[in-house]
Amino acid sequence: MSIFVDENTKVIYQGLTGSQGSYYGRLNAEYGTQVVAGTHPKKAGSDVDGVPIYANVGDAVAATGATASCIFIPAPGVRGAVMEAAEGGVEFIVAITEGVPAHDEAYFYNELKRSFPKVRLLGPNCPGIISPGKCNIGITAGHIAKEGGPVGIVSRSGTLTYQALYELKQKDIGVTTCVGIGGDPVPGTSFIDCLEAFEADPETKAVMMIGEIGGSAEEEAADFIKNHMTKPVASYIAGVTAPPGKKMGHAGAIVSGGKGTAAAKMEALQDAGAKVGNNPTEAGELMAEIVAGL
Amino acid sequence: MDLFEHQGKEFFAQYGMPVSPGEAAFSVDEAVAAAERLGTPVMVKAQVHTGGRGKAGGVKFAGDIDAVREHAGNILGLDINGHIVQRLWIEKASDIAEEYYASFTLDRSAKKHLGMLSKEGGVEIETVAEENPDAIAKVWIDPVDGLDEDVTRAWVAAANLPDAAVEGTVDILQKLYTAYTEGDADLVEINPLILTPEGKVHVLDAKVTLDGNSEFRHEDYAQYDETQPRDEREEAAHAKGLQYVGLEGSVGVIANGAGLAMSTVDVVNQVGGSPANFLDIGGGANADVMAGALEVINNDPAVKSIFINIFGGITRGEEVANGIIEAMNRVAIDSPIVIRLDGTNADEGRAILAPNLDDKLMMEETMLDAARKAVELAS
Repeated sequence: MSIFVDENTKVIYQGLTGSQGSYYGRLNAEYGTQVVAGTHPKKAGSDVDGVPIYANVGDAVAATGATASCIFIPAPGVRGAVMEAAEGGVEFIVAITEGVPAHDEAYFYNELKRSFPKVRLLGPNCPGIISPGKCNIGITAGHIAKEGGPVGIVSRSGTLTYQALYELKQKDIGVTTCVGIGGDPVPGTSFIDCLEAFEADPETKAVMMIGEIGGSAEEEAADFIKNHMTKPVASYIAGVTAPPGKKMGHAGAIVSGGKGTAAAKMEALQDAGAKVGNNPTEAGELMAEIVAGL
Repeated sequence: MDLFEHQGKEFFAQYGMPVSPGEAAFSVDEAVAAAERLGTPVMVKAQVHTGGRGKAGGVKFAGDIDAVREHAGNILGLDINGHIVQRLWIEKASDIAEEYYASFTLDRSAKKHLGMLSKEGGVEIETVAEENPDAIAKVWIDPVDGLDEDVTRAWVAAANLPDAAVEGTVDILQKLYTAYTEGDADLVEINPLILTPEGKVHVLDAKVTLDGNSEFRHEDYAQYDETQPRDEREEAAHAKGLQYVGLEGSVGVIANGAGLAMSTVDVVNQVGGSPANFLDIGGGANADVMAGALEVINNDPAVKSIFINIFGGITRGEEVANGIIEAMNRVAIDSPIVIRLDGTNADEGRAILAPNLDDKLMMEETMLDAARKAVELAS
């Protein structure tokens, strides 16, 4: 099994007519993902590589029975695009776009919780989700993921998501589902949401979790691992050697007053029983040991 | 994006909050002229993006013009937590009866806005939070609902402010929330918020951090962006739109994605080297961006080797490879480059690089091997 998506997932691409949307929509389709529609308010009736374009998500859902939407809309339009997807009737929304204002994220996170409680949002500012061999929504290069389990991956950082997949593939370890939740202040799907789903998924036997400095999401995840997880976890936290007080990139990763440091996060995870590597390669090696012992 | 205190006050004033009149000054003469226009007594306040100014001698009361001259001379050039004071804010002095604390920020765990109000202001609020957490009244606000007046009143009541301060504080908090949301701020903080002997509630300090991602709907934020203090390297990187943080070492680092860039810095440290910088070329970086990044690194005299660590997702391998070749044609790169390239179109990228490999441009299979090579070349 996989979490959140599978081979039956039909996906609409909001922004399929744009340069990034058309490029990754094509790559996702070539991977085997059911790319069934795109949307554009003024280009309804046209197509991109044979994929029909509808005026909005509601029309696309009615015509295709799609259950998921992937957003490749520029940042200013993401708030509207997320709400359009939920109102249009999809159950799963993947927002790839980076640079969305934090207040917009806080707004649509709470509006979805209230008005569309069954809708799951992944992102924004995330690489998407891949269930190897079944479905790839987003910007992950499909060939770096080996199918067939037993490991589930959840990561806050896009590129480190790929690195984690790659480390496991090098060791011939397959993945059930790899979820990039993104490093923004208010991600639609959290570490805990993914850990909970992996714990419930019979095919996932172990979980790899990639975090980074800043915020307290990793500490909260460590609490969940300690109290609710029976499956082993290997982890890596990026920013071990980041200088305090410096903001490293868009991730909002700012270390101040000893809170949110890599050391504090690593300690919390170790205390919860997870194995923690000092770099992605070490985390991959720890996961290989776990898999060998399954 | 952090604002200086005086910019924060101008920002608050746009939303109708009461702030003291004042003027920015960049020299002793400007400070004196400002004080003459405002009329003494005034406060002479260092403008730096860090706390603890008062303790460091960066905030002084000046009863007359001679005192303004003396304090301005002492404060300009002062090092406060590594920030050199280059600008002052000369402000009409206020009489203070009591000092409070008020702020709004986004609580990532609760995924709601968090308002904090305390009648123990004017001191380090972190200490209050640690030693006497009950002294801070908190309110969590759903961004869909916003903050209405009834909730604000209940919140102010919970903070146990004296009756004389209640109406003024309710009014300021409502305006502060509007400034926070409409202004797309990550943080707005007033410490202290004061009650004057005449019973007026007044903004005495302002800390504002704006969300750079919201610049597309705030044309006026460009003015704050221009005044961000940056070193030469950071200025050059910023001009090219790159995410750059200067560090102290000798291995220049270029990576795509904040996570991988941080991890690259980690790995360089772990194999015994020291990174000269953190540089994230971002998602979807093309040849031009890569060439620009290499130029920035190349201009840093401390750099002895360059480690380019790319794992393509939205960034494509052939674009990265073309950028490296283009940069090497455009400028003479002084240091040897070690590349590790994986992910989307990595094979195409490697094929482009292959005929160009020599003792100035090397390729390694893994991130760890590439880090070791770069560190070896730097020493």
